Amino acid sequence: MFIPSQKSAPDLKGFTLIMPVVAVGNVGQLAVDLIISTFDMCRVGHIHTDCLIPMAGNNPYSTRKEDADGVHTAAEVYMSREIKLAVLQIRSPVIQKRTKKFRQVLVSWIKASSFSRTIVLSGSHAYQRDDRQLQGSPLRYLVTPSMLKLSEEALKELGWLEMEKVQTFPGLTDGAAEPRLYIPGGGITKGLYTDSCAEDLPLAVLLLFCSEGDNIPDAFTLINHLNSWLHLLDNPGEDQNKWKIPPSWTLMFGGGIPPALF
Amino acid sequence: MATFFGEVLSVYSRAVEEDDDDDEEEQDEEDQLILRELEDKRQVRVRWSPTIEQSPDSGHRLPCPHLLLAVGHNATRFVSVYFLSHGGWDAVGHVSLWNERTVHSEDTTCVLHRHRESHQVLVCQVDCFVAEDQLFQWTEQVLGSLDASQVTVLSDCPAAEYQSPQPLGPDPCLRSLHTSAWSEPICCPPVELPNLVSGLPAAVVSFCQLHNISAAVYQCYSDARSADSTTMDMFRPVVARLAQDLKVGIRGTVSCCGLSKVFCANSAPVLFLGL
Repeated sequence: MFIPSQKSAPDLKGFTLIMPVVAVGNVGQLAVDLIISTFDMCRVGHIHTDCLIPMAGNNPYSTRKEDADGVHTAAEVYMSREIKLAVLQIRSPVIQKRTKKFRQVLVSWIKASSFSRTIVLSGSHAYQRDDRQLQGSPLRYLVTPSMLKLSEEALKELGWLEMEKVQTFPGLTDGAAEPRLYIPGGGITKGLYTDSCAEDLPLAVLLLFCSEGDNIPDAFTLINHLNSWLHLLDNPGEDQNKWKIPPSWTLMFGGGIPPALF
Repeated sequence: MATFFGEVLSVYSRAVEEDDDDDEEEQDEEDQLILRELEDKRQVRVRWSPTIEQSPDSGHRLPCPHLLLAVGHNATRFVSVYFLSHGGWDAVGHVSLWNERTVHSEDTTCVLHRHRESHQVLVCQVDCFVAEDQLFQWTEQVLGSLDASQVTVLSDCPAAEYQSPQPLGPDPCLRSLHTSAWSEPICCPPVELPNLVSGLPAAVVSFCQLHNISAAVYQCYSDARSADSTTMDMFRPVVARLAQDLKVGIRGTVSCCGLSKVFCANSAPVLFLGL
């Protein structure tokens, strides 16, 4: 359920929605953090649901003492009117038995908000790539039929690689079996994509093959890839610092070492 | 996955489970029935005492100017010693739940106490394990039945979980997180980035932020493995005003017998710090 921060709900009609899926390496979430931080987006509401593990913290994008207060929750919606962009940030994992319900919550909210298009940022286990996927770019995309109608030309121009379908039992079947979409480590990515196809939502998935570790470079790779389509920033590749890293990224690998250890 | 040295490791992801790709549609009817029964068994239930006026069971919300919630060993024992041991409290509600850590297959219960004279304060101690899938429901069930104006959550957490450029010292420390509606002065530093609050305190404070309720979480980070007086003492300034309103003995009148009760239960040697 979407709960607005202010008394009146924001009008997000015609906006582009960018959202992550909690997936391997948390790359989508990191990329979304960069967007919110760079464009200084304001929080307009929360997704209040029993499908996410609760968490709370102070403002993760705070740069001044004055804006540090107020509780920030597991799923929040941010917007920027200037660039007609809405962003959903999801900060905690989905409870395993409630993934289907969570997809339904998201799809019905996306439909109710009348976004012009939705872009999902995600990841997949690099170690589960097949032979075709091992070489070349680690980035893939998926689009629903209604998104294809909207952006066919742009996607053709970009020359991106579509996520390959794989055989269920590679090498064991004669090839007559229907290949299937397989996104290991992608969380609800596949389910959200298939639900959006069924609901005729214009939705694209951008994903990156990656592994757990320091995923900050992966986040920059994914966000620059997205930027080559949406042109949120001009030539960010020339100067990576154009993307603003939020203060919540500090101490990603733990705090100071206690001197008592030595 | 094979490492550089050729060892084969099972791959672990901090973000997703391995079988995330399995669809629920593949479950047969019997599986679904078992899951439904399990889901039903895991429901959080609140039973209200028949003695209270305007019982939440009949659709009313119980007026509650101040809810004091204690989560964890130190916080719950602090509340026992500083508030409940003075008497004058009625048990007005029981929150029961069952999960995989429940012992003896009986439901674990948290009791909601209300101050007999003032009716201003409701105290709830949660010293049991509330599973991740029960946190949201616990909060909705309890806070949804109350017309709470102010919520204070006391909670404790291992110091090792706190991240800061300079490691925390050996003494326990207190950090706070409060909703936008909170207007009272805060007696300790905020939970600094990138630290978070999780578990029941997070569920409660998120609910309060969304429903515009004035709420604060005070989280005590401590090295102590079990409840100890130094850690408990950290909560004292936080509830000073509340204790004053309730006229409980916050200024040196906490009975030794209250403390001894706490520490006997732990059977750990403790230095009495003159609380």
